[in-house]
Amino acid sequence: MTLQTELENVSPSKLSVRNVSKIFHSKRQIVRALDGVSLEINEGEFVCLVGPSGCGKSTLLNIIAGLDLADEGAVLADGQPVTGPGRDRMVMFQEHALFPWLDVLDNVMFGLRLKPGLNNRERREVAKYYLRLVDLDKFLHANIHELSGGMKQRVALARALAPNPKVLLMDEPFAALDALTREQLYGDIQRIWEQRKKTIVFVTHNVREAVCLGDRVILFSPHPGRIRKEYQIALPRPRDISSVALAEKSSEILVALKSYLDAGGENARVPGATFATHGGAE
Amino acid sequence: MKTRVISAIAFFLLLLVAWEVVVQTGILKVNRIMTPTPSDVVIYLYGAIVDGTLPSAALVTMKRLLFGYLCGIAIGLPLGLITARFKACQDTIGLLALGLQTLPSVCWVPLALLWFGQTESAMFFVVVMGTLWSVVIATETGVRTIPPIYARAARTMGSRGFHTWINVMLPASLPFIVSGMKQGWAFAWRSLMAAEIYVTILTGFGLGHILHYGRELQQMNQVVGVMFVIVVIGLLADKVLFSPWERFLHRRWGTQGK
Repeated sequence: MTLQTELENVSPSKLSVRNVSKIFHSKRQIVRALDGVSLEINEGEFVCLVGPSGCGKSTLLNIIAGLDLADEGAVLADGQPVTGPGRDRMVMFQEHALFPWLDVLDNVMFGLRLKPGLNNRERREVAKYYLRLVDLDKFLHANIHELSGGMKQRVALARALAPNPKVLLMDEPFAALDALTREQLYGDIQRIWEQRKKTIVFVTHNVREAVCLGDRVILFSPHPGRIRKEYQIALPRPRDISSVALAEKSSEILVALKSYLDAGGENARVPGATFATHGGAE
Repeated sequence: MKTRVISAIAFFLLLLVAWEVVVQTGILKVNRIMTPTPSDVVIYLYGAIVDGTLPSAALVTMKRLLFGYLCGIAIGLPLGLITARFKACQDTIGLLALGLQTLPSVCWVPLALLWFGQTESAMFFVVVMGTLWSVVIATETGVRTIPPIYARAARTMGSRGFHTWINVMLPASLPFIVSGMKQGWAFAWRSLMAAEIYVTILTGFGLGHILHYGRELQQMNQVVGVMFVIVVIGLLADKVLFSPWERFLHRRWGTQGK
């Protein structure tokens, strides 16, 4: 494999979630984190999973990643059942999960070193390419603790992109950042998504963030975790989080979301479900 | 930086001068035979270095220490990793390590002498026992306190099994391992000195041996001179063996350095 082909875009995956259920047993209770969830995600689609804590959206992401296994049902990536983590599906976590004993470049190199068919010089070039993509090429040898929260997440993004996956799975990656940094990253992630052509599954509890980024927003409700509704977001890109059209769409979704929360019944108890239309959702 | 160096030098000079004056003038009624002056010690050190007894003794002691210490780490690290990895090992090896670590490693000396006689093997055994359990416990604690997210992130990037242990778990627990290695070093060093003073090892005369015979012959300048060498070796070990690691840890983890 040459450097050139390594940097070329790979065709993004089609994901198919089929009737997936996941049950967590704790000492006191049994939690149905996911209850018969089915979802089709197209090649190169940007899908946002939205819902309050406990609705199973992160659980679903982990199952797609192969980090968790479904109790029932299956996830298919390009028709192949997911049985474990794979380089074709890279994950970005809420905590940056960067390794403090490595500098920025070596963090991005970590996944590349495990990828066969490249020599170390080529791996370094690939890593530098992605660090350039996230505007961090001046910080190749910085230590992780020296970076700001936003920069750390950008390194994590570069690390996830570097093995050239077909799918990018993002679990509330911006939730711990301040609003200004977050807005900057919305721009970055949209630009990179268009440039690198990935299928992206993005988990968030921030409705406005979901509308800003997603082609499609999937609404989850908790206890048990189920998909309640989905919205096509037809707004032109690149989208600005503070635009009026975006605000209208997100308030529509927010109304629906609140109606599920207020509905009572099996959804009665929703711990920690506070929602803001923009910004400080934490 | 410059003022720090100057103040350090001034402090030690003052200390030496005061010591010399107090002993020479006898103002505190110190026993001149039992208390050497710094100049006595310097004269001894010069003589013992020139005739080779001190360098060869230091070499014998360092060999014992380094060899035993490195073997202790080589056994302790994997044992610690295994203990952290497997529940069954935690309740067995983990408990054993915890128990034996509380045992002062000098306590191994009588047993070692009976088992191995007055030989290098006995010294090796004592040093390994001093090092081993601290390293096991530190490694185990280090691995246990690693945020699980590191292993998850590594898995998504294709790291499995052995690769994860070597490239993630081991470096992630490095802060704990280095402090465990330091503690192991301290234990090993102390127990080796005790053993060398306690009994003559026929296969080689170490620093402890010379210290002991200094006492037997009432050569107090020899006793103090060897003590000085032991301190210097301890300081050197800290600077050469551990400082680079600690600097690396401080730089990478962003903890407060010196």
